[in-house]
Amino acid sequence: MAGPGKSDDKRGVHAVAALALIAVVIAAAAGAFAYTGGWFSPHRLTPDRMVDALSRRGGDPLGHRRNHAKGICFTGEFAANGAGARLSIAPMLAAGHYPVIGRFAIAVGDPQAPDAAGRVRSMAVRIAAPDGEEWRSGMNNSPVFVVATPEEFYQITRAQDLDPAAGKPDPAAMQRFLATHPDSAVFNEWAKTAPWTTSFADQTYNSLNAFRFIDAAGRSRLVRWSMQTTVAPHEVPYDALAALGPDFLEADLERRLAQGALRWNLVVTLAAPGDPSNNATKAWPANRETVAVGMLVVRHAQDEADGPCRDYNYDPTILPVGIQPSDDPLLPARSAAYAKSFDLRAAEAADYPRTPPRSEASR
Amino acid sequence: MTDAGGRFSPLQRALHWLMAAMVVAMLFIGVGMVSTLHPRYLVLIAIHKPLGIAILVLAVLRLGVRLRRGAPPLPADLPWWQAAGAKASHVLLYALLIVMPLVGWSMLSAGGYPIVLYGPIHLPQIVPHDDALHAILRAAHAWLAYLFFVTILLHVAAALFHALVRRDGVFQSMASWRR
Ligand code: HEM
Ligand code: HEM
Ligand code: HEM
Repeated sequence: MAGPGKSDDKRGVHAVAALALIAVVIAAAAGAFAYTGGWFSPHRLTPDRMVDALSRRGGDPLGHRRNHAKGICFTGEFAANGAGARLSIAPMLAAGHYPVIGRFAIAVGDPQAPDAAGRVRSMAVRIAAPDGEEWRSGMNNSPVFVVATPEEFYQITRAQDLDPAAGKPDPAAMQRFLATHPDSAVFNEWAKTAPWTTSFADQTYNSLNAFRFIDAAGRSRLVRWSMQTTVAPHEVPYDALAALGPDFLEADLERRLAQGALRWNLVVTLAAPGDPSNNATKAWPANRETVAVGMLVVRHAQDEADGPCRDYNYDPTILPVGIQPSDDPLLPARSAAYAKSFDLRAAEAADYPRTPPRSEASR
Repeated sequence: MTDAGGRFSPLQRALHWLMAAMVVAMLFIGVGMVSTLHPRYLVLIAIHKPLGIAILVLAVLRLGVRLRRGAPPLPADLPWWQAAGAKASHVLLYALLIVMPLVGWSMLSAGGYPIVLYGPIHLPQIVPHDDALHAILRAAHAWLAYLFFVTILLHVAAALFHALVRRDGVFQSMASWRR
């Protein structure tokens, strides 16, 4: 037996070693947690960084969507003709009427931007089925998207950073991006040459991303969809838009709806083998089979400030049974970034009063 | 009662370790998913919701078992402040096991989101669709998660202190696998 002093020493050493071991275990756990959360990865493309870049394009976005910031709500219904039921078990594709809360917008960062600043116009819809299933979709009027990946979307957004001296983005930054990203050429050509019109109503809006329709037998089909306009376009030279005032799209929509409902055909395009599922910069050939699955009827418009679309997140991965995201990498990135943007604007609601000040209300 | 050897009952031990793994997984999934735009985001969030609700169900069950079966007594020579700390942290852990999933569920309700567990299996909205409420709950979900993680770190440190320094059988009361 060792003397008491010696054994106390041993116990002391042992206790120190044990405490050191405990400290190492706890530090390792905390480190792994911080690493997983991205605290050590300043270059990881996070929703925060993406949304932050979108917020830095000018204007005051507080309380507003961080992209497609300027918009107007609408309500109506989707009248399904039943033709989609053979392609997907989504309940809102069975013949019937389903309520819709939607939003028209222009793809800008500044909620006060003039409508002529919106080369891309968009339509978002939330189609609700009685059993709680929902189909949310955000669609653009361009035939393809400008980039194929979230990383490229971040870069092209950064190319629109405001130059503090000039108060606008550096045009050379965008030139550099386009010169090094040939995939963006199709979008860019459309942006340069597509005719301008004075209305949300005469545009066709496209899902751009691919999705999967699952039928009753479990068969999965790759699809894209479009809301095809039924209104003849009213084309005007770009320079004529300035004379229409900053909010001509909202005014036009309200004028048309005062006259009656507006209609779009929801048309689903089926991919052929080999059509890309994961590249929204590539259009599918025009001869692909299409199925018209019903009609969107837009009846009323509401100011966004107090409209029903305000507090919805049109996350394109909120889908009913029978519709699933494809492997397009933009879809998960959209879901993550839209959630971040939604969290921010919900928390900033005080910066965007629901009853706009007099001057704005009477515009 | 707890078992004769001064341990938690086998059911309590099984629930403890199963839920320990689930909660640690949830915390890592949570901070991982909100910091990425990668396609794994959709996979992680699809796991996060049903796993979180499973924790809620198991936590209620476990609390019931705990109230009926009790816990083995702490060693009599444990300083009073350590005994009080152990009690308080266990109450906090039970509270978070139940509150965290409820906050997650109600935050999605307040955000106007459908609450999809798997395919057609949905949960009902439990609070009104309201952006101010959503903002509070969303912030609470993050802060309570950090509190949860820190509490677990202290809890693990204390458990290891019992196992390695005090060697007083408290660790074995939960960790021993002998039947
Ligand atoms: C990685 C790529 C993309 C990112 C990071 C991104 C980001 C965003 C963000 C943050 C919002 C605001 C969401 C909110 O606060 O509710 C938004 C809105 C929108 N985005 Fe994207 N977007 C991306 C790609 C696309 C694509 C491919 C489309 C194609 C159709 C699209 C269409 C829309 C539409 C229509 C809206 C407006 C939704 C509404 O009216 O509420 N976006 N985007
Ligand atoms: C991963 C390492 C962990 C270890 C080594 C560990 C160890 C222990 C030990 C030894 C006890 C018994 C304490 C006593 O006799 O009063 C205990 C109790 C408890 N542990 Fe853990 N634990 C761990 C993780 C967790 C986690 C992640 C949770 C998450 C919630 C948790 C929740 C609890 C609760 C609530 C009690 C109290 C049980 C009761 O009194 O009914 N533990 N743990
Ligand atoms: C024990 C239970 C749970 C734990 C430990 C947990 C943990 C977490 C953590 C750590 C985060 C990241 C917070 C941040 O840093 O912002 C998070 C986010 C989130 N959690 Fe949970 N959670 C739990 C239960 C739930 C439940 C039951 C639901 C829903 C049914 C849920 C839905 C969400 C959502 C939607 C997000 C945010 C996703 C985003 O913004 O992209 N959680 N959770």
